[in-house]
Amino acid sequence: MGGGIGLNHFLLLSLIIFSLGMVCVLTRRNAIGILMGVELILNSANINYLAFAHYGGAKYDGQVFAIFVIMLAAAEAVIGLAVVLAIYQNFKTIDVDATETLSG
Amino acid sequence: MNPFNLAAINFAWLPILPLITVGIGAIVVLLAGVRLDDEESEGLGWLSLAALAVAFVLTLGIVGQTGVAFAGALAVDSFSAFFELVILIAAAFTILMSLDYAGENHLAGAEYYSLVLFSALGMMLMASAGDLIVIFLGLETMSIAVYVLAGLRRRDPRSNEAAIKYFLLGAFSTGFLLYGIALIYGATGTIKFEAIRAALTQPMMSNPMLLLGLAMLLVGFAFKVAAVPFHMWTPDVYEGAPTPITGFMAVGVKLGAFAGFVRIFLVNFGPVSMHWSQALWVLAVLTMTAGNVIAVVQTNIKRMLAYSAIAHAGYILVGMTAAGPEAGSAVLYYLLAYAFTNLGAFAIVVALERRGSVGDLIADYRGLSSRSPALAGAMALFLLSLTGIPPLAGFMGKFYIFAAALHQGYTGLVVIAVLNSVVAAYYYISVIVAMYMEEGGIDTGRLARKPALVAAIGLAAIATVLIGIYPAPYMSAAANAFNSASGEQAMRAASLNP
Repeated sequence: MGGGIGLNHFLLLSLIIFSLGMVCVLTRRNAIGILMGVELILNSANINYLAFAHYGGAKYDGQVFAIFVIMLAAAEAVIGLAVVLAIYQNFKTIDVDATETLSG
Repeated sequence: MNPFNLAAINFAWLPILPLITVGIGAIVVLLAGVRLDDEESEGLGWLSLAALAVAFVLTLGIVGQTGVAFAGALAVDSFSAFFELVILIAAAFTILMSLDYAGENHLAGAEYYSLVLFSALGMMLMASAGDLIVIFLGLETMSIAVYVLAGLRRRDPRSNEAAIKYFLLGAFSTGFLLYGIALIYGATGTIKFEAIRAALTQPMMSNPMLLLGLAMLLVGFAFKVAAVPFHMWTPDVYEGAPTPITGFMAVGVKLGAFAGFVRIFLVNFGPVSMHWSQALWVLAVLTMTAGNVIAVVQTNIKRMLAYSAIAHAGYILVGMTAAGPEAGSAVLYYLLAYAFTNLGAFAIVVALERRGSVGDLIADYRGLSSRSPALAGAMALFLLSLTGIPPLAGFMGKFYIFAAALHQGYTGLVVIAVLNSVVAAYYYISVIVAMYMEEGGIDTGRLARKPALVAAIGLAAIATVLIGIYPAPYMSAAANAFNSASGEQAMRAASLNP
């Protein structure tokens, strides 16, 4: 824990990345862009898990959790890209607003 | 401690046998499908049903056992058994509905059935979670499979739209859930439910990190159960997805999500209920009211049932707001009644749908009683149960939830809920009016050649009536399930915290 960097620094970093991810998801209309925002949010949570595990005692729960999150983020990215590809084949664009055909 | 303690190993493996069966079933179906054409996929459906049936019997075998397995990662109790049984039934109904539908609509056979099984596996995992990692894993296993199922009609732009909306908003909500779990882990120092519960009974537990974590966890679950204002995806996804999958989402995904929701909030976060019950109160009122009011103006039956599903999530949230053992049991009973009624209603929508999405409009139901009296009668039964007309299952569910909320002093909330039921009666009964008193509509086709679908409708109708007129055994099973989760947790928490 040298250099004066403590738990709060990591939590702040994670909060900043989480906020960036939120902004990205809410403002992007490009499906890949939104996907990147989601990845930022997932990884900000990972920073939290690792920081809490490191500073909160000898438990490994946080590290284990982060590994599961990384694995599932990969699975989610695969599904997301497959869906985006199907969208591209039908609409010739990956702008999510262009897919609006359902309403009511 | 003896690492080769056979009794311990046996106990650890026994409770996950149903989960393993469903998982192996999914893999076998996928592998068997490699050698089959899509037209021959019906056999895969029966194979999936067999896997679900075996899992059902195995789950019945572990009913009554309590404890934890895999170092606390899995909770073994009547609560998980109750939800696992209902989830297996929901998956089986979905497959019965799909046997003809998947062939007619050229949905790739093996993936379809395999994904339904994987998704059911995720739901069961959520129901039997003993820590937050397993909740997350179960939620993702369930969701990722359903994202694909929603978009399985790849050439259909509406199915594409359903998949992308569900996926992006689902992934976004997963992010919230994860961040919330991280904060709760930071605040309590653990991810095991029993230890969290023990930590929360300490007086210091109202620090901002915990509260923020609770709020984000609540948002994550509210997305999954489609509570207003986190419901925007629901109608579009329900309309665009293949119809049996819509039924599976409306019932199975809700069962899985509510299993996790109830176990986390009602059981394990019970000691800090003052921090979340007001938020749930607001969610319940918004969800019921918006769901019912917007449902009134719908012209498409799948969208109408989507808003109806939102409204029913609102009634369930009324029960969760009330908290306590009586409301907890009522919520479980309601979910059981809701599962059969809604599966039945969606089976009828599947029966009336022609290729593509012809037959999805409420106008198509006009005059159904003269063309197909049995179908119209069954649909009327399900709609009346959803409305809450005695003696059907839906009525008893609402009755138990409202009674429990009244006993806890939530009079205002119950008044709002009852007013909402009146609004709901309008749009459910207008479909019945269309079926019995109007002319027109579309031809229903030859239903007699779809025995599996007819069986699904018949079984759902029988269950809707039976659970309603003879609720005692189901209610006591629900009460038993809820108490086994909360009682066991309380005992274990007490032993951890002498």
